[in-house]
Amino acid sequence: MKNQLVITDLHVQTLDGIKILNGISLTVKEGEIHAIMGPNGGGKSTFAQALMGHPGYVITEGKIMLNNIDITRLTPDLRAKHGLFLGFQYPVEIAGVNFGSFLRQAMNENIEKGGKKVSPIAFRNLLTPAAKQLGFSDEITKRFLNQGFSGGEKKKAEILQLELLKPSFAVLDEPDSGLDVDALRYIGKSINGLDHKTGLILITHYQRILHYIKPQFVHIVVKGKIVKSGDESLAKTIEEKGYEGFSS
Amino acid sequence: MKSQPVVKTSYKYGFHKPEASFFKTPMGLNRQVVEAISHFKNEPEWMLQFRLQALMMFEQKMLPTWGADLSGIDFDAMYYYISPSEKKFTDWGDVPADIKDTYDKIGIPQAEQKYLAGVGAQYDSEVVYHNLKKKWEDLGVIFVDTDTALTKYPDLFRQYFGTVIPVSDNKLAALNSAVWSGGSFIYIPKGVHVDIPLQAYFRINAANMGQFERTLIIADEGSYVHYVEGCTAPIYTTDSLHAAVVEIIVKKGARVRYTTIQNWSNNVYNLVTKRMLVEEEGFGEWIDGNLGAKVTMKYPSVILNGKGAKGEVLSLAFAGKGQHQDAGGKAIHLAPYTTSTITSKSVSVGGGRSSYRGMVKIINGAKGSKSFVRCDALLLDELSRSDTYPTNIVNEEDVTLGHEASVSKIGEEQLFYLMSRGLSEAAATGLIVNGFIEPIVKELPLEYAVELNRLINLSMEGSVG
Repeated sequence: MKNQLVITDLHVQTLDGIKILNGISLTVKEGEIHAIMGPNGGGKSTFAQALMGHPGYVITEGKIMLNNIDITRLTPDLRAKHGLFLGFQYPVEIAGVNFGSFLRQAMNENIEKGGKKVSPIAFRNLLTPAAKQLGFSDEITKRFLNQGFSGGEKKKAEILQLELLKPSFAVLDEPDSGLDVDALRYIGKSINGLDHKTGLILITHYQRILHYIKPQFVHIVVKGKIVKSGDESLAKTIEEKGYEGFSS
Repeated sequence: MKSQPVVKTSYKYGFHKPEASFFKTPMGLNRQVVEAISHFKNEPEWMLQFRLQALMMFEQKMLPTWGADLSGIDFDAMYYYISPSEKKFTDWGDVPADIKDTYDKIGIPQAEQKYLAGVGAQYDSEVVYHNLKKKWEDLGVIFVDTDTALTKYPDLFRQYFGTVIPVSDNKLAALNSAVWSGGSFIYIPKGVHVDIPLQAYFRINAANMGQFERTLIIADEGSYVHYVEGCTAPIYTTDSLHAAVVEIIVKKGARVRYTTIQNWSNNVYNLVTKRMLVEEEGFGEWIDGNLGAKVTMKYPSVILNGKGAKGEVLSLAFAGKGQHQDAGGKAIHLAPYTTSTITSKSVSVGGGRSSYRGMVKIINGAKGSKSFVRCDALLLDELSRSDTYPTNIVNEEDVTLGHEASVSKIGEEQLFYLMSRGLSEAAATGLIVNGFIEPIVKELPLEYAVELNRLINLSMEGSVG
């Protein structure tokens, strides 16, 4: 189906054969927000990384369809070009690579052949308001990619990339972990204010972020499987009672 | 802008010797060849004696065996002097396709391409050059080719020539001393700051792209100059040996920065001796980038000869398939409160090999001196290799000495991160490599930095995926 991310019966293991995901199925439509919650070690981050095509994970069964295209075997760059984005839990630092020029290069990579490239001036005009909304100064573009960023800045920089790259679907892997209240509010505001209908998979431990971002669906992942799906009220139940009542 | 004719038949300004008639020494090297060179150039007797003494040293000395493999050099199968006017140009059709392709991809204009490939005559930049030259001359700056300097400024020349690198220094320096031709001679008067980098580029012509260039720079007290030579684009040559000598004298309180980017084609042995003598409170800097050549051996040196003298060496090496870059730097502290920094970055790919070789020497009495050496190597695959050969000789107690070294591989997590944003593996690798060498590239003139960046991305396309 068009404008859908359809994950069917996804089985994933590590290169040395440790099974982590045991059949996850999930359909996300344009503009929907799905929260994925669950205890540590349940496979939430692996799910995010496998969707993006991390070379350390092998998809042994199942299929990922993105806007009608089978991306199950594609390299990460091609998945990105088809409209998928991953907001990293731990964004890696890359020395000597200027954040601004990297981001502009990434935007231009995602423009289809023959399309108009983003000029430095156009880039600045797009970046400045988006950065401001996240509480960044323009200085951010002069720094090296994630290098020397505080924990909060790293998370906010992921959201900044999400805003400018405008993917059709994004997986955000714990965008809230390690953030103070202010940073969380900035992130919530930016995600709510996205001017494109990105379908979101929001991976989180805590209900806290859901005060700012309202998901239509909440899924509980335990031991590599979705054990329960519901609406926002499911998140409240978890906050009160924990994950103990859920098992595969 | 109106386009200028690409090839000029005569030189109004500059360094070329239009009257030079055809002259070529026979293959191989002996006393007659050296005498013939000196005679042809109409040199004074002392220079002939200098050359002959150097020839003796060349014959006595062994090739260095502690570095790269030089066994492929056949000194008997070379021509040691061909007069510039008759220098045979390569046929454009003979220039390897990959080199032409590189020119196109990094966006070098056609006229310049031919020059770089050794086809046809000069790249025309004389109009620009003439104006600058006038400005420099008004300041008393001398910037001529070394042969001209010997004729035109004999006293100044003789006072400094061969004083920093004596003929007996090493076999290759001796060879250069015996058969040298071309190169640059620069004198900056006291207190003069040359604000625009002097570029060998402005006067590039076949004569000065010689195999045995000899460069001498004298920066008088309190002066400043930045000299830039070489070029990021590959230079195609059929000569298999490039043995240059660069001598620089930095007088009290003066500052000299010497930037080189070389990208010889992969058949060349590039064996260059470069040394700066830095006097009290002077500052000498080498920025040395080695991209091409089959074998490079190059260790720019700073001799810190006066109190408070400073020296800095930034060395960048890129070793691709079939290449061995043996590069680094040397700092010799001969006076108190002298400081030196050596920073080396190397990238090896496709089975290429890069070695850092460096020396820091601090003599007894050079109190309060400081030296810091940092060498980082990046390996792009399992086939490539990197080695580090540091030497420290310290005979003074009151010194600060630091050394840091690292060898890293392209990180899987870094690649994944960049690729998740839509960058291909080659583009992502190029970005990481460019980031790795950024601390050195940021010191280069902009046009070099831009070209280098493109060149690295280009070589990634060929080696990844």
